[in-house]
Amino acid sequence: MNLTLRIWRQSGPDAKGAMTTYEVSDISPDMSFLEMLDTLNEELILRGEVPVAFDHDCREGICGACGMVINGQAHGPERTTTCQLHMRHFSDGDVIDIEPWRAAAFPVVKDLVVDRTSFDRVIGSGGYITVATGSAPDAHATPVPKAAADTAFEHAECIGCGACVAACPNGSAMLFTSAKVVHLNSLPQGAPERETRVLDMVETMDAEGFGGCTNTGECATVCPKGIPLASIATMNREYLRAIRKGA
Amino acid sequence: MSYLDYTTGDPVADARAPEGPIAERWDRRRFEAKLVNPANRRKQTVIVVGTGLAGGAAGATLAEQGYRVVQFCYQDSPRRAHSIAAQGGINAAKNYRNDGDSVQRLFYDTVKGGDFRARESNVHRLAQVSVEIIDQCVAQGVPFAREYGGLLDTRSFGGVQVSRTFYARGQTGQQLLLGAYQALSRQIAAGNVEMHPRTEMLDLVVVDGRARGIVARDLITGRVETHIADAVVLATGGYGNVFHLSTNAKNSNATAIWRAHRRGAFFANPCFTQIHPTCIPRSGDHQSKLTLMSESLRNDGRIWVPKQAGDTRAPADIPEDERDYYLERIYPSFGNLVPRDIASRAAKNVCDEGRGVGHGGQGVYLDFADAIARLGRAAVEAKYGNLFEMYERITAEDPYRVPMRIYPAIHYTMGGLWVDYDLQTTIPGLFAVGEANFSDHGANRLGASALMQGLADGYFILPSTLADFLARHPHDEVPADHPAIDEAVTGVTDRLARLLANDGDRTPESFHRELGELLWDECGMSRSETGLRKALDRIPELREEFWRRITVPGSGEELNQSLEKANRVADYLELAELMCLDALHRAESCGGHFREESQTPDGEAARDDERFAYAAAWEFTGSGAAPVLHKEDLVFEYVHPTQRSYA
Amino acid sequence: MALATRPEPRTDKPAGRRTDTRTPRTALGRLWRSTIGKKTVMAVSGLFLLGYLVVHMAGNLKVFFGPAEMNDYAHWLRTIGEPVVHQEWFLWIMRVALLVAVVAHAVAAYQLSRLDIAARPVKYVHQRRRASYATRTMRWGGVIVALFVVWHILDLTTGTVNPNGEHGRPYENIVATFSTWYGNVIYIVAMLAVGLHIRHGFYGAAQTLGAGSASRDRALKATADGLALVLTLGFLSVPIGVMTGIVE
Repeated sequence: MNLTLRIWRQSGPDAKGAMTTYEVSDISPDMSFLEMLDTLNEELILRGEVPVAFDHDCREGICGACGMVINGQAHGPERTTTCQLHMRHFSDGDVIDIEPWRAAAFPVVKDLVVDRTSFDRVIGSGGYITVATGSAPDAHATPVPKAAADTAFEHAECIGCGACVAACPNGSAMLFTSAKVVHLNSLPQGAPERETRVLDMVETMDAEGFGGCTNTGECATVCPKGIPLASIATMNREYLRAIRKGA
Repeated sequence: MSYLDYTTGDPVADARAPEGPIAERWDRRRFEAKLVNPANRRKQTVIVVGTGLAGGAAGATLAEQGYRVVQFCYQDSPRRAHSIAAQGGINAAKNYRNDGDSVQRLFYDTVKGGDFRARESNVHRLAQVSVEIIDQCVAQGVPFAREYGGLLDTRSFGGVQVSRTFYARGQTGQQLLLGAYQALSRQIAAGNVEMHPRTEMLDLVVVDGRARGIVARDLITGRVETHIADAVVLATGGYGNVFHLSTNAKNSNATAIWRAHRRGAFFANPCFTQIHPTCIPRSGDHQSKLTLMSESLRNDGRIWVPKQAGDTRAPADIPEDERDYYLERIYPSFGNLVPRDIASRAAKNVCDEGRGVGHGGQGVYLDFADAIARLGRAAVEAKYGNLFEMYERITAEDPYRVPMRIYPAIHYTMGGLWVDYDLQTTIPGLFAVGEANFSDHGANRLGASALMQGLADGYFILPSTLADFLARHPHDEVPADHPAIDEAVTGVTDRLARLLANDGDRTPESFHRELGELLWDECGMSRSETGLRKALDRIPELREEFWRRITVPGSGEELNQSLEKANRVADYLELAELMCLDALHRAESCGGHFREESQTPDGEAARDDERFAYAAAWEFTGSGAAPVLHKEDLVFEYVHPTQRSYA
Repeated sequence: MALATRPEPRTDKPAGRRTDTRTPRTALGRLWRSTIGKKTVMAVSGLFLLGYLVVHMAGNLKVFFGPAEMNDYAHWLRTIGEPVVHQEWFLWIMRVALLVAVVAHAVAAYQLSRLDIAARPVKYVHQRRRASYATRTMRWGGVIVALFVVWHILDLTTGTVNPNGEHGRPYENIVATFSTWYGNVIYIVAMLAVGLHIRHGFYGAAQTLGAGSASRDRALKATADGLALVLTLGFLSVPIGVMTGIVE
C-alpha cells in the first residue's frame, strides 16, 4: 500500500519543529509500524536526507522504548505498543500523522524522541523496597496471599513507555506512579515503606512538572499493558492514608 | 598472512578458583579475598557498562556497599535493558517441591546441558548462589507466581525433570530487571551511582596494562568523553545481533566487548551461539527482528511439515497421512520436547528439503488442533492465551484455527569475553558479567539459566571478587593528559569522523543485513568447513566494501542513530570473522555448535573430547590479522562427560 | 570533541521541572502542595456543596404546594436551631460554610488548572475528540455556575435584581423571575451546567477520595449520572412549572 506520512521533525531540543510530509510506497500489511518507518529512513539516507529519529529497542512490546502519537492516539489505533502495531490496521492512501509524546515533563530531544528521565526520578524517589543485597530472609519466610501477589503483578507490568502521560490532556503521570505504588504497597515486603513511598513519589511526580488527574481515563485507554484506571484511586487512598498517619 | 593462519599461544588457565572440594571453593575464595575498608570504598570508583540483570544488580550492590559507581546504558533509561524481554523463568536449587533437586543436581544438569564445555568451579558456584537470588528478588517485591497458600509456585522447564523454575507469568525477565532497576534507582537518587543514560561505550582505556576507564559517546549531544575509574565492569550482553535477525533488541550490540577484545581481553568460544526453535518466522524482507515465543508451547503443540516438498496447500487441506510429524518420528521417546538445538536443526533440515511452510519456505507448523480436541479450547487458552494473542497480533492468523508457524532464531550467545573465577578478563581491572562473558553455560545454555547467571554475577559474585581486586590495587590517579587516554579518544573520534565523511551509497542497515544473512547461512544452525571458508573469504571483502561504500547522514554533534548503527556494524564485521574462524577450528559438534563433518551415523552431534575439551580464548592481533588461540583445558572431576542422546 | 576526565554530572534541570520543591513540614501543608491534596480539597468541598444542592432542590419543590407553604418553609429556614442559637444564626453559619467551600473549591481548581495547562504546553497537531463532554467542560462549566450563583443571590437572596424583590415573599419572587425570558434562559443554562458538573465531579471526587475500584466503577458512574439527572430535573421543574402555568 501507499501512504502519506506527516511526521513531526525537530532537529534538536531547542529547535523549532514542524510537520513534514513524506510518501512511502509498497508497504506490506505484515510490516510493523516501526518497520514501515525503517523503510522510510532507508530511503531518506539514500537520498542524503537525515532519517527520522525515534526510540525503539526490543520491538516485542516489553522494553517500553518506542512510542509515538499516531493520528492523535498514543501508540496508534490498537491498544498495544507502537512496535507491535502492524500496517494491516491502515489502508492504502491513508494520511498518517505522527507526533512525539507531548508533555512538559517529556521535552522533545529530536523528531519523535523525548526525554523520559523524569520517570526514572519518580521511581528513584520511592519506587523500590529497601533491601541490601544478601540480607534477604528465605523466600518462603513471608507467604503472600495469591490475591495480593496477582494485584502486585498486574501493576508491575507497567513498561514505563509514557503513553499515559502522552494521552492525558494534563500530561499527568498518575497512572505510571500509581502502578508502582500499588505494586509495592500490595505486598507485605512493601509495608514498612508504605507511607513514605507514596508521599515521596507523588511529591516527585508533581515536582517533575506532570499535571494532576482530572479522571478523563485517557491514560488507561491507551495503556498497552492494561494498567487499570482504578489504580489511581488506590494510590489516592494510600496517599490520604499516609497523610492521616502523618508520615 | 591470512586470517586463517592463526597460531596457538600459551594455554590460559583460571588461577583464581581455590583448590579443594568443589562445594567449598566459593566459600574459600570469599574468605581469601581481601576486603576494602568501608571508609575507603568511597574513594574507589567503579565503572559499570550496561544496566541489565547483571549490570543493574552489580551497580546497585556495589553502590550499596559504598563504592562510587559510574554507570552507563545506551537506552534512555536503565529499565529498558534487554533482560526485560526474557519470558520463561529463573532456575534455583531451592527444592521447595521436595522433588529431588539440589545444588549438586543443578550443577550436574548445567554442566551436562552445556555439553561439557563449561568450567566446573564456576558452574557449581552458580548453582550455590541460585538459592540466594530468589530470596533477594522476593524481598525486593518481585511478584513471582504464587500458589493459593501464598508460597512460590515453580514449574519444570526445558525438559528438566525437577520443578526448579520460578516465574512471573511470561514476564520473568521484566520483573527481575525491574527489581534490579528499582534497587539501582534508589542508589542513583541517593547519589551513590552516577547514571549516564543514552551514553554508549566506544572504547576501553588501558593504562599501564590495567583497565582504567572508558571512552563513551553521549548519544544526545554527540560529545565523546573519557571516564576514569579504578575498575571497569562490562555488563553489555551478548552479540547475537551480529546475525542481524535475532531475538535481541534492535540496539543490543557487541561494541563494548569487541573494543575490550581489541584492547587485549581474550574472546572465548565465539562460535557458541544458541538458536531458539520457537520463534515467529519472518514475514518478508522488511523484517527487522524476530520474536520469540516461550518454549512451553512445545509441551502441547505438535510440530509437522507436509511430506511432499513444495506442497502449497493450506494446512487444513493436508490430510493426516500426508503430514510428517518429524520430531515424533525421529525422536520417539522425547518427541516434540527434544532440546533446543536438536529441534532447531531438525526444522532447518526439513526446510532445506523444500518442505518448509510460509514465507520463503522458512517455517514449520506447530499445531494445537490435537491439544484443543483433547483438553478443550478453554484449557489451551488458560495455558497459552497470551502467547496465542501475541502470535495473532504479529501474524494476523488465529492459532486456535490455523496451526502456528515457527522457525528457529538466534537467541543467546554462550561465547563472550574470557573470564577467570573472579569474572576478571585477561586485562587486569576489567571484569565481564552476564551474557557478556563466556559464561557458565558451555556450548549450550539451559532454559531459565540466563537470568540466574546474570543475577548471580551481579548481586553476589562480582561484588566479592571486585572488592578483592580493589583491595590489592589501591586507588591512584591517572593524569588527564595520559597518552593512553588521548590515544583512545583520538581513535574513537577518528573512526566516527571517517564514517561521517565517507561519500558512499549503502546504508549501515544494508551491510548489517548482508552480513547477517551470510552468517546465518554459514555459521548458523549447522556449519561446514566449506561454508565457513566461504564466509571467511567473504567477510573481509564485505568489510572493505563497508568502509568504501558506507553513507551516514547528519553530524556527530547530535542524536544520530545512523552513526550509532554504522559504528556497531563496523565491529560486527570484525567479530563475525572471529566467530567463523572459531567455528572452523572447532571441528567437533557440541551444544549449539553443529559441524556437519562431526555427526554420529544417525545424524546427531558428535563431540570430540579428545581434541576439543577446552575453551578457545582468542587474542586479538589486529583487524583482519590472524589471532592467537589460547586454550583453557577443561577438567571434569565431578561430572564425567557422556554423549547426549535423545533418540 | 574530546573532553577532560571525570566530567561533572549534568546539572541543568529538565525543562518541565518546577523550581519550588521544598518539603512542607506539616501534613496539611504537604497535602495542600500536592496535586492529590488539592484534588482532595476539591472533592470534599464539592461533596459538601453537592449535599447542599440536594437539600436546596428538595426545598424548591415546595413551590408546587402554593405560596403559603413555600413562604412558611422559607421562614422556617431562618428559625432552624432556635432556641439554642439566635434567629438566622444557623443560616449565617451555613452561608459562611458554603462560602468557604466555594472559595476552596475555586482556588484549588484554579491552581490545578494552571498546573495542568503548564504540564501540556504543546498541543497535538492531530486533535481527536478525547473524554466525555462533561469531563471536557469542567473548567468552563464551573465558571458558568459561579457566575450564576452571583446572579442567583442578587436575584433571590438580596432581591436586588429581582423584578418583584419583596422580602419574605420568595414564592412571588420566584414566579417573577421565571416570568421573564432572560430569567428562564440564565437559570436553565446554569442548571444544565450544574448537571454536567456534578456528573463528572461526583465520579472524580469518588476517585480522588480513593473510593474507586474496578468493581465499583460502574456503580459510581451510575450514581453520578443519577444524581446529576435528579438534581437537574428537580431544579428545572420550577421554571418549567412557572412557564407552563402550574405555578403562578
